Amino acid sequence: MASRSNDLEGIAIRVSDVSKTFKLPHERTSSLKGLLVNFFRRTKTFEKQKALQDISFDIHKGDFFAIVGRNGSGKSTLLKMLAGIYIPDAGTIYVDGKLTPFIELGVGFNPELTGRENVFLNGALLGFNHRDMDAMYDDIVEFAELERFMDQKLKNYSSGMQVRLAFSIAIRAKGDILLLDEVLAVGDTAFQQKCYNYFEELKAQQRTVVFVSHDMGAVRRFCNRAVYVSAGTLIAEGTPSKIAERYEIDNLESVQKAEAADAGPKVSNLRSVRTKIVEQTADRVVIKVLYTSKDDLSMYAGISVIRDGFSVGEINTLPQVLVGDGYIHYSLDITPFNPGMYEITVALFAQKNRELVSLGRNKSRFIIKGRDDTRGASVKLADTWSHEV
Amino acid sequence: MIVNKILSRQNRALLRELVTTDFKLRYQGSVLGYTWSLLRPLLLFCILYVVFVKFLRLGSGVPHFPIYLLLGIVLWNFFAEMTSQSLGSIVVRGDLIRKIRIPRWIVVISSSVSALINLLLNLVVVAIFMVLNRVDITFSVIWLPFILAEIYAFALGVSLFLAAAFVKYRDVSHIWEVVLQGLFYITPILYPLTLITNVTFQKLLLLNPVAQAIQDARNVTVTKDTLTIAEVFHSAGARLLTVSITIVILVLGILYFKKEAKYFAENI
Repeated sequence: MASRSNDLEGIAIRVSDVSKTFKLPHERTSSLKGLLVNFFRRTKTFEKQKALQDISFDIHKGDFFAIVGRNGSGKSTLLKMLAGIYIPDAGTIYVDGKLTPFIELGVGFNPELTGRENVFLNGALLGFNHRDMDAMYDDIVEFAELERFMDQKLKNYSSGMQVRLAFSIAIRAKGDILLLDEVLAVGDTAFQQKCYNYFEELKAQQRTVVFVSHDMGAVRRFCNRAVYVSAGTLIAEGTPSKIAERYEIDNLESVQKAEAADAGPKVSNLRSVRTKIVEQTADRVVIKVLYTSKDDLSMYAGISVIRDGFSVGEINTLPQVLVGDGYIHYSLDITPFNPGMYEITVALFAQKNRELVSLGRNKSRFIIKGRDDTRGASVKLADTWSHEV
Repeated sequence: MIVNKILSRQNRALLRELVTTDFKLRYQGSVLGYTWSLLRPLLLFCILYVVFVKFLRLGSGVPHFPIYLLLGIVLWNFFAEMTSQSLGSIVVRGDLIRKIRIPRWIVVISSSVSALINLLLNLVVVAIFMVLNRVDITFSVIWLPFILAEIYAFALGVSLFLAAAFVKYRDVSHIWEVVLQGLFYITPILYPLTLITNVTFQKLLLLNPVAQAIQDARNVTVTKDTLTIAEVFHSAGARLLTVSITIVILVLGILYFKKEAKYFAENI
């Protein structure tokens, strides 16, 4: 861990030896009778769960700081501690500057109120008064693209519309330090693009942002520093690419374990297909496509390479009759790809009408290690720069 | 300093939004909407009038007894409504408490303000009946705001305590229901205090700040024929007793709430 001076110059948040334990009642004693019974028995009916243990790190002013970790690792608890929603049992949290009070999008939205009323309520939670909100109202509605719906009740909004509205308000937040919890987990592609634009803006303004996400693409792209939290302890701290890679490797291992355990009975179909990565070198990944077919249909196998939920490339075999059990080897050149985690899905299509006849039951994953600060997204663009003065 | 912080621009804005939201939601889907705030005390008055004045002839000795009765009920309803609504306020707004760092007390204050607005509307109805009944309105009415402030302070102390305790112990709501019911009967609301002939009991009953305040409010607005704490104890200074009780309850309520507020997010 980096050495820490006592000097707080340039520090936005300093977390020092913070621990938090939650008491989890076995059977929630929220009744006086339970309390009395337990008092006389003198037994503990709760379990102590150590949510966070001796966490220390610094966030500097202007940092775009990522907190990475699996579900239940304690990263959201940590964010709530930074926000002052939870109080640490031990340790201190020093904060210099005004925090935005929001952790999630759309908190406090009431389905029984109209969109307009919700905007004002949400704005008040962010610290704006009625006059501030009046001034910003039109911009918010326009940005959310919901002009026609503002007098309808929120319960009649689609979830996408709700997210758009919440996001339009949230980006008005004025605090010195922004806390964002999984904002990317909701919404469609267009919404994510808006999020990315907003992040770019925050970066340009050198605002301090603490960002919790599972999206390693975004962590690599926007953050300049990151910590990795696992089972309540901080296990790594460093550059986003290093942390993201470690997270992806850990994640991959546990997913593979789960899938290996889940190799249950085959689907009682005529056909099934799955993939397996058999070899990975610096420039090649060898994928084994295992198929089972009970008839003699002429078909072709296609694989797609997926990153962050989007297909970045697809390829298929020529049609041929596949019968019984067999496998196809496919050797994929990975040099055109940037570092990151990729998924492989497979499907079988009938030659006639290109009809989908079987979809792969699993996803194989591979990680391309390394870092390249000059490139982003999946495809490695090969070009040269020239500076002309 | 502290007052500045409490009444900061953000907090006032938030309070306003929470209170208006509360009001909007309360009358949502009802045809008459806000009119119910006035209609309710009006209908209540009709019932009280028929039952207590025509059937029971309870307070025949007290001038303007129906209004005397209505004022008592209105003040009691305020106390009951404010405490029972505040009791659940923190738990009901659990989503806010768990996810946003807003001052926790604002949530309780907002439900108390909703009750306060209702009280003022009800008092408008009472005032209308006073004029219709040709009640002599004297200068002593200027004491009414102080009396209302006392009930509010007492109710706030109780509310803060209940709201914080309810987060941990859900029995509190059932207990408070019973306690409120009991308090209702040992407070001279439906009957004139003179019905109780034992002076010691009269004194004990009036140590309840709500009872004292109701009697005083009737005394300064409706009729001087109201037994107040000053008369029962034969000293105007007796009011200091209930005022002190009110202050103690308020301070204890604030302290307990402050102590528990830190852990609301994890205990809800």
